[in-house]
This record gives sequence, structure tokens and C-alpha cells, in this order.
Amino acid sequence: MNKELKRVSAIVLIMFLALLASSTVIAVFQTDNLRVDSRNTRTLYASYSAERGPILVDGGAVAESTPVDDEYKFLRTYSNPDLYSAVTGYFTLNQGNSGVEGALNDYLSGTANAQFIDQLNSTITGQNPKGASVELTIDPVAQQAAWDALGDNAGSVVAVDPKTGAIIAMVSKPAFDPNLLAVHDTTTVIDNYNTLLNDPGRPLLNRAIAGDLYAPGSVFKLVTAAAAIDSGQFSPESQFPNPPTLQLPQSSNTISNAADGNCGGAETVDLATALRLSCNIPFAQLGATLGEDTLSQYAEDFGFDQPLAVPQDVTPSVFPATESEAELMLASFGQASVRVTPLQVAMVSAAIANGGRLMEPTLVESIRAPNLTVIQPPQEVVLNTPISEATATTLTQLMVANVNNGAASNARISGVDVAGKTGTAENDGAENTLWFTGFAPAEDPKIAVAVVVENGQGFGNSVAAPIARKVIEAVLSK
Amino acid sequence: MSATNQGPGATVSESGQRNTNTITDTIRIRLREPARLRNLELLLLVFAIIINAAAILLVQLGALGEVRKEVFTYSAALAVLALAMHVTLRIAASQADPFILPIATVLNGIGIAMIYRLDLAGGREGWAASGIRQMAWTAIAMLAAFIVLVVIRNHRVLQRYRYIAMFVGIALLLLPLVPGLGREINGSQVWIGIGPQRADGSVPLSFQPGELAKIALAVFFAGYLVTARDSLSLVGKKFLGMRLPRVRDLGPILIIWVAAMGVLVLQRDLGTSLLYFGLFLVMIYVATGRISWVILGMTLFIGGAVAASQLLGYVNSRFNGWLDAFDNAIYEQIGGSYQLVQGLFGIADGGLVGTGLGQGSPDMVPFAESDFIIASLGEELGLAGLFALLCLFLLFVSRGFRIGFAGQDDFGRLLGTGLAFVIALQVFIVIGGITRVIPLTGLTTPFMAAGGSSLVANWIIAALLLRLSDTVRNQPRLVVDA
Repeated sequence: MNKELKRVSAIVLIMFLALLASSTVIAVFQTDNLRVDSRNTRTLYASYSAERGPILVDGGAVAESTPVDDEYKFLRTYSNPDLYSAVTGYFTLNQGNSGVEGALNDYLSGTANAQFIDQLNSTITGQNPKGASVELTIDPVAQQAAWDALGDNAGSVVAVDPKTGAIIAMVSKPAFDPNLLAVHDTTTVIDNYNTLLNDPGRPLLNRAIAGDLYAPGSVFKLVTAAAAIDSGQFSPESQFPNPPTLQLPQSSNTISNAADGNCGGAETVDLATALRLSCNIPFAQLGATLGEDTLSQYAEDFGFDQPLAVPQDVTPSVFPATESEAELMLASFGQASVRVTPLQVAMVSAAIANGGRLMEPTLVESIRAPNLTVIQPPQEVVLNTPISEATATTLTQLMVANVNNGAASNARISGVDVAGKTGTAENDGAENTLWFTGFAPAEDPKIAVAVVVENGQGFGNSVAAPIARKVIEAVLSK
Repeated sequence: MSATNQGPGATVSESGQRNTNTITDTIRIRLREPARLRNLELLLLVFAIIINAAAILLVQLGALGEVRKEVFTYSAALAVLALAMHVTLRIAASQADPFILPIATVLNGIGIAMIYRLDLAGGREGWAASGIRQMAWTAIAMLAAFIVLVVIRNHRVLQRYRYIAMFVGIALLLLPLVPGLGREINGSQVWIGIGPQRADGSVPLSFQPGELAKIALAVFFAGYLVTARDSLSLVGKKFLGMRLPRVRDLGPILIIWVAAMGVLVLQRDLGTSLLYFGLFLVMIYVATGRISWVILGMTLFIGGAVAASQLLGYVNSRFNGWLDAFDNAIYEQIGGSYQLVQGLFGIADGGLVGTGLGQGSPDMVPFAESDFIIASLGEELGLAGLFALLCLFLLFVSRGFRIGFAGQDDFGRLLGTGLAFVIALQVFIVIGGITRVIPLTGLTTPFMAAGGSSLVANWIIAALLLRLSDTVRNQPRLVVDA
């Protein structure tokens, strides 16, 4: 009987060894696979139960996790929800994230690779895991000024520091309240989300970087002028024929200069005057002479058609291939199929303001671990140098004249040289897309700005320029 | 060959024992210092009580962040019951194995801590709380164990009642099929309910008689095999190197096979069916030493199970849920692998050291306090905790097997082996099902899972093992010593 008992004992031992092995396989070797399974709600709970890091503006939290008494432990709250919605985006339990909340989710939730050791530490020491805090480049004064100045208009204001690329203001209107989507009741979140989604004002769009692209109108003349001067083919004094109307080649359509129309009234007009008065006909001729290759190359150097993340993805602005000379002529002053984001327009101004060096725009000043060690320090990256310093100086002079004595007169600030350019893109209907872009002070730029007002009445100079002026004033008078 | 020696030798040793009883006993009492065993037990029991209290305290700190009065009521109740058992053993079975009671106590206590932890997660209080009911059942189960120890002073009386045990076992198995008494819970007809049925289908008192049946059947198998083993083991034709049993000796194995299949088909309970049949096979193997019985039995059972998996929808879905647990169609299907996969997520989340008691989310798994308590414990105590629990179970089983090795009478040896093996097999079926070694079946983890019938049955097993181990040490080892 003992022999049989020994065998049975061995079988029992094998049975238990099988259990030890199977539980080891699950708890050690399959852990990663099981954790990432989409049906594993524990992973979901864990990511919300960790104290998500705050998003800071000038040291103050615009988004932070506050303790609540439910299974998720923390509720994401936004202290100034509408004002910063274009920057923070929203954070939901299981309906996705957007903005900085989405783009830096790994850091905020503490799951980024850079935080691995910290997470391990807190596991061992039994502390609750925490996410990193993200300090933004946003200047609360500039942001508030942009928000107030845009008023009830649908549109966007983007302001950058041309020397660093730091985005100091980013406003998109209509805005939304991300608190509505942070609630812990999924049904409510979906209801609120659908309400926002079906809102005709489309508040969930971030018009500054990722809305529908806009026709740039005359602000694109900055790119055309930059190409003309930087390529060495033209100077501000280069003369162009100045007819009141111009028939487009192989077309019955004619173009004319906006508003007063005669562009100085002389038989010819120089490039400086054409930019100062924002005349379409000389720029159409200029673009046709430069050719599509040159023009699209400069557009690309300024950032057109290039992917960019600030850290949320920016929709690339486009300068598509033209199919005829007529189309190229229209594109040269920002019509036809040229489409831009306000950030791209601000980048053109910023490159000119910074002596031709285009800094990579970013919203992130720094990322800090919960123990305040810096995970990502401030970064200044030269994205490209689309034009020479000499070209930049020349273009600055032309843009200052444009404000002091030309089409962008409403951006004038006494005692400060403001460089600027307006735009009024014609849409199919009666309403126009109104633009202003520029920087100040011209001799030592602190801010480059782009303003767009959707479907506005009037001109860039009458609507967009005063908005930009208020933002510039707010920053310069700090 | 020792097995055959002891059969005819039994009468000799019994009469010899009567002659030398008084002298040997006095010598042994001096030599063995019986208090030593009980003192060791007391020491281990104090450890067990401390572990149990610490577990409940950690549950409160982890889940609530504060200490409540339950930490005292639960711990004190468990301690009083365990110490009462200890005192009983000092009086009624002073030579009993010192490990069995502490192991059963700590397993029971950790089970209660986890059930209490799930009560906190579910917001259940008073009699609605499974923890309170488990505590009450623990008291009833320990009382049953106490009665077994006091009433059964000599386990050999059980041998006389082997056929009664068979009828009781079969009756208990069939009880859930009696109309008006049986209750179908979670698809299995293995429960009986007593008292008026409530609106939600539950009854004041429900019981799984099959849990008790395993004891009755172990008693029957041991008694029957001790008398019948000669004809089972020595007679029969040799074929392919194996001695096949005679056709007329096939009767019992066929009856048990039919009973196991009956449980499988009529009560839709694969786990219980496997448990009884496995118990029978091991006991017949240990008694006869003939591997042909095991091969024959396994062929019959696997054949039956495969046929059932083809014919019965629920067995088939158990197999699919085992093999393709992560297939989304099977995961979503009713009776599919949702529970299994959620349990795996829990264990994986626990990792090596677990989330800590009260700090995981074991309540996401259906039946986290009963069928899946091991997944809950794996999540919060981690792989380390599971290993510790498995080692405790293994130690418990090995104490039972020790009776098999060291006992003098074959009935006691077989019974001890059978009772220990039934615990081992049940642990294997439950944890193996949860960790995907075998298909998932609805059995309870001994001593731990919420459920009164299981607790009562396992504490009675513990009491019988205590009684058997006491007899082993008390008996003069005439045969062996000589």
C-alpha cells in the first residue's frame, strides 16, 4: 500500500506544481498581455485612480485632479474651463482625450517610460502613483487679452514668442467647458459630448491649429514677398504694371485690387507699395514670374505641408500644386486652394520677426515628476531658416509701413513700431475670413500674433487688426 | 506487500494490543509527552489567529482607511472557536496531528477576511453580508467537527456503517433532484433550499448536499475496498502486462461511474462529478495496487466526459471557454469565458506581491467571494500569497497522507488517504479551473470560499483526519515495532 501511496503523493505533488506553474505564468509572464487587453477594466480604473498630474499656467493649475469619493478617486477639474479649452482639451473616463490632456496623457497619468523608475519606487514604498505636471508656455495675461479681444466672434488668436517659439496665447471660439466631459457618469459624458458635437458653433474644434483650414487672403502676400526678395529676383523697389483690372490667362475672369482699387494710381507700382496697400494685381504678376516651384518651396520652408505637434497635432497648412497660371496668380495673394491654420500664419510673422529663423512652436515649458525633478526641460528648437536676416529686416520695414501708413492702420500703437499685415479672404457667401498677423516691437519683437475671424463682416483691418492690437498691448505693457 | 501482510494480521494485532495496552500507554505517555503536540498546535494556532486578525485589519485599512469594530468581532470569534477546538483536542484527541487545526483555521480566516473585504466593496451589511454568514457557518462547521471528535472516539466504527454511508452518500447526491427541495443556482442543480422561496429565487437556507456526500462516499469506499480488495486485486486475467478485473468485480466501478455521469448529466456539475470519480479511482488504486483499475476508470470517465461535451451544451461551452478564453465571441457569450478572463485580469493585476488587501478590485469578477475567491486572493495577495496558500493546502494534504503511511489499520489508512486526496483534488479542480490548467467547473475552494455546506464538510474532514492521526499515534505499533 505504501508504494501506491507514494505514487499518489507524487501525483498530488505534480498537481500542485501545475497550479504553481499556471499561477506564475499568469501573474508573471502574461501580465503585460493581460494588462493591455481592452476588456481589462482594471487598467482603465488604475489609470484614473492614479493622481493625474496638473496642467499649469504660470504656476497655477488650469487642470488638476481633485480627490472625490468614488471608485475613480479623482475628478479632473478645470479652473478656467472655456478660456483654456483650446489648450488643455478634454479628459474623459473612456471616451478619449484631446489637447494637452490627450497628447501628454502618458506623462500626466504617470505611465510614460521616463517615469518608470518613479512608478517602481512608489510601488515599493507603497505610495499612490502620481502623474507628472506639465507647465505650459501660455502667458495668462496674453491669453486673457486674446479671449477678451476676440469677443463674441468665432475665430482664433494665436500668439508666440518669436525668439523661443513659446506659444503664449491660444484661443479658439466658440470654446467649451471640459468639466462637462470629465464627470464620472459615462452616460452624462456621452450626452454632453454629443451636445457639443452637434452644436452649430462647433466648440470642440481647436480653430488655432486643427479646425477647418482657412483661406489666408492677403496675409499670404508675406510669403510671396519673402520669396521674391529672398530669392534675389526682386527688391522692394521692383516695379510692376499697375492696371485697374487684370484678365487672368486662358480665362474670362478678371481680378482687381481690393477696396479703393487703383493701388497708388500710378502707371507702375513698386513691391513695397503693393504690400503696404495690399494690392492683388502686382502680387498676381509677381507670383506668376516667381513660378510655382519657388513659391511652394518658400511656403514649405515656413512650415506649410509639414507635420507639427505642439504637442497636440497641428493640421498642416497647404499650398497645393496649381493647375494653371491663373490659379498660381490667385494663390500668390492667398486665394485659390491655399489653406492655413492661424498658427501657421503666426509662424510666418514669427520667422520674419526672429531674423529669418523659425522657432518650433510649442505649448510645453517643462514637465516635472511629482518629486519636482525635471523630466523635460524648456526647449528652444530652430525649426528652419526660411529667409535670410537681410530679407527679414526688409520685410519688417515693409510690414511696419503697412501698419503706420497702409492697409493695417488699426494695429497702430503709439510709441511702438508694430509690423503687420491684414487679410480679407473672400468666401463663397457674403461673409469673409478676416485676418491680421504681425509682431511688435519691430526692432526687438516680443510677440508675434495671428488673428482670424470667421465669417466676419468688413475687412481684416477693421475687425482683426484691433483684436491683435489689444493682445500686443497687453503683452508689451506687462 | 505490506498491504497484504496487514489484512490477516489485523486480528492478531488487535488482540495483542488489548494485552499490552495499559503498559505501553503509560510508557508512551512518558516518552512522547503528549502535551508537546498540543503545545506546538497552540503555538501555531496563535500564529494563525494573529494572521487572521492582521488580514482583517489590513482589509479595513486598505478598503476603508480606518479601523472599525468588525476587526475585533471577526478576529475574536475566530480565535474563540479555534481555541475551543484546541481544548477539545487536548481532552478528546491529545495525540492528534498538530498542524491540521492551525492550517484549517488560517485558511478559514483568510477566506473570511476576503469575503468581508468583498462585503465592504459591495456595501453589504448585517445578515446580507456574506462575511457574517460565513462566520456563522464557521461556528456551525466547527461545532460539527467538535461533535465528530467527541462522538467518534474510534474511527473503526465507521467501517461498520460503510453501506449506510453509501446510501447516505447517494441520497445526498440525489437530494437536489427531489422536486420542491432542489434549487438550480447558476445553472447547476446541486443545491437544496429550505424554507419559503423569496422573490429573487433565494431561500433562507440553501445547502449543497454533495459536499457532505464526499465524506460519506470516502467512508464507503474505504470500508468496501478493505473487504473487497483481495478479489479486486488478485483475481483476473493478465492482458498486455496488466491484470484485468473479472467482469463480476466490475460492478462497483460501473456503479460509481454511472453515479458520476448522473451528476454530470442530471445536475450539470462537471466539477463534482470529476471529484467523486477521481476520489474513487485513487482509493481503489491505493487499496488494490492495480493500475488497470485506474486506466479502465479514466478511459470510462474521459469517454463519458468527451461524449458529454459533444452532447451537452454547458459542458461544451466550458471546454470552449477553457481553450479559447480570449476569443471575443466566447467572452461575450452567456456562460462564456467572461468570469474566467476577468479572474485572470485580477491575478495578473496582482502580480508578484499583489495590490494589498482591500486595495485591488476583486469585486469586478462575478462570484468573487465563492467560486473565484482564489482569483480575488491572487489579486490582492499576489503570486506570493497564492504560493503560500497552495503550500498550506499541500501541507494539509500531506498530513492526511501521513496517516496513510503510518496508520496500522487499512481502513484508517484508506480513509485518511481518501479524505486528504479529496481536498487535494478539489483544490486542483478549482484553482486549475481559474488558472486555465483544466476547464472551469463550479467547485469551492476548501475552507476559504463563501458557502456553508463546503465549510461544514471540510471541517468534518479535518475532524476525521484529527481523529485518525490521534489513533495512529495512540496505537502501540506492534506490527512495525516487532
